[in-house]
Amino acid sequence: MATASETPHIALTLRDHLPILQVLIPLCVAPLIVLLGGRRMAWGLAFLASALSLVVSFLLMMQVMDGSFISYHLGGWAPPVGIEYRIDAANAFVLFLISLTATLVVPFALRSVADEIPARSHTLFYACFTLVLTGLLGVVATGDAFNVFVFLEISSLSTYVLVSQGLYRDKRALSAAYDYLIMGTIGATFFVIGIGFLYMTTGTLNMADMAERLVGQGDNRTVQAAFAFIVVGMGLKVAIYPLHLWLPAAYNYAPSAVTVFLAATSTKAAVYVLLRFMFSVFQPEFVFDTNLLLWILAPFALLAMFAASLIAVFQTNFKRMLAYSSIAQIGYMLLGISLFSVTGLSATMVHLFNHGITKAALFMAVGALVLRSGNTFYDRIEGMGRVMPLTGAAVVLGGLSLIGVPGTAGFISKWVLVQAAFEADLWWIALLIVASSLLAVIYMWRVIEVLYLHTPHPEAIHKEAPLSMVIPMWIAAGACVWFGIDTSLTMGAANTAAIGLMGGTDGMALTPTVGGLLGNGH
Amino acid sequence: MTLEFFIGHINYWLFIVLMMTGFYIVVACGNLVKKVVGLNIFQVAVFMLYISISKVTGGTAPIFPIDRMGKIKADPEIVYSNPLPHVLILTAIVVGIATTSLALALIVRIREAYNTIEEDDILEIDARTARAENIIHGEAMGGRA
Repeated sequence: MATASETPHIALTLRDHLPILQVLIPLCVAPLIVLLGGRRMAWGLAFLASALSLVVSFLLMMQVMDGSFISYHLGGWAPPVGIEYRIDAANAFVLFLISLTATLVVPFALRSVADEIPARSHTLFYACFTLVLTGLLGVVATGDAFNVFVFLEISSLSTYVLVSQGLYRDKRALSAAYDYLIMGTIGATFFVIGIGFLYMTTGTLNMADMAERLVGQGDNRTVQAAFAFIVVGMGLKVAIYPLHLWLPAAYNYAPSAVTVFLAATSTKAAVYVLLRFMFSVFQPEFVFDTNLLLWILAPFALLAMFAASLIAVFQTNFKRMLAYSSIAQIGYMLLGISLFSVTGLSATMVHLFNHGITKAALFMAVGALVLRSGNTFYDRIEGMGRVMPLTGAAVVLGGLSLIGVPGTAGFISKWVLVQAAFEADLWWIALLIVASSLLAVIYMWRVIEVLYLHTPHPEAIHKEAPLSMVIPMWIAAGACVWFGIDTSLTMGAANTAAIGLMGGTDGMALTPTVGGLLGNGH
Repeated sequence: MTLEFFIGHINYWLFIVLMMTGFYIVVACGNLVKKVVGLNIFQVAVFMLYISISKVTGGTAPIFPIDRMGKIKADPEIVYSNPLPHVLILTAIVVGIATTSLALALIVRIREAYNTIEEDDILEIDARTARAENIIHGEAMGGRA
């Protein structure tokens, strides 16, 4: 489907420009929001941008579901000289998750942000939100290694601003944002050092071209160093277990709407980049040879699943508890990667999506509880499930999906993960997956007990959350059930993506028309 | 490792020294502003790595001469340095400036809220707030925090 490369200077239809429109729409809307000013207008434009990107990402996903890929050449410059946007099943799926979450979060934010942030900051808040969306979509859509860094920083810098906006409720949002900034920048700089080393060895920045030139370079120490820098740098953004320190504070003190968006998308986009580099740029064999996966990634993944879940059990704040649960859930995704099989990668991809919508539903419920109770400490949200039946029910549904009860999205991903563990003859890992799910039962039960089996706190407002919050929350909660029953979309996309990723260079083949156009450094 | 090798790769040695210096300052310094300074040194080290990569021995600035008609006349005799990493680093410098200004803006707000920019003090204030919260909310739950 290399449409642009064959006819570089002939006018293309809008459909051919979808890959760039995906990123361009929110990118253009962000300054527009600032220029036009008005608060209502800002909200409307942000919603328009996210809804349009949802449409674009859906169209893109439909085009690549069969395992093909779209190569879009920026400005008509053919790769590897020009920047390429490359959409295949793996990133179309993540693009869809990101724009879906954005489209749900913006309506949700209307009341939540009005409650948590003073009116004068709203315009800039939505501008930053659109920039985060731009960055995340760009990171996922691009096929150029340096472009990944640039978009990563666009999204990260605006994320730090959004996190710091929690300062109106708790000043610790500021130190959380600062810590996130320091760690995020170290991560991004490590990543860019890694890319520098790769450029040193290959003389190209195009990922597909890089992949081709890295074949058989497994013994090259520069390549090994590049790999280490990229994994650690991205690991900081993913919040792989020992590198997760920024996450609990950032999620806890950020405004509710921001937490929803971050939890559902930003670590997921980083997981995608990690996958893309591990499997497409470096070869699966290279990754396997370095023994990284089974001996380094898997222990940390298991540690995350248990340690973070245990910490979650002892929390007294619903929001903070969910933050720790996120770290544990990232453990499952890493475990899927470290099992190193198509099934394992499918589990990672499908869990990436399923956990995204599950956490979106749960954190939206948190936002609704904050609106009515002031905060989400367990003693403040006591009995709120009775006075806010819809929010309470969404928590129950989201919780079931987080635990992995059959009939919910969470079950599907854990089922595939257990399958992958059995395929690899690691039955004890399957047992550990089930055991850590039991920890999820404990921490979710604590919340459900608090929400339903107590009398409501007298200082809370005893009223259901407004519809603008309940509807997005229920779309996300409904999606948890929908994707738990009808798995054709999620599993289909995840499978195609996993096969593409495990294919290594084959999954990243250059378009047939290019080649021999290389500018080498030396 | 000969002396020639060492001197020939002086950029790369300095890159490592600068990078580790910056990284150490970020990790070890308690003052938030000094941390940002460290972060800057850390990032500048990377710029140096990229520029070193692009240098070709005997290479000149990659500007093609133009003849009278305004056409580009590339002389195959001339060796040019690789312009791409320079361009990349221009972007990275912009990112670095944005990061620094955002970090400094955050520090200003932190100073307003905490009345200090020493990490130890901030951590202590945060810990005290957390303890107070745990006493209020934790005991109400009859559980531990």
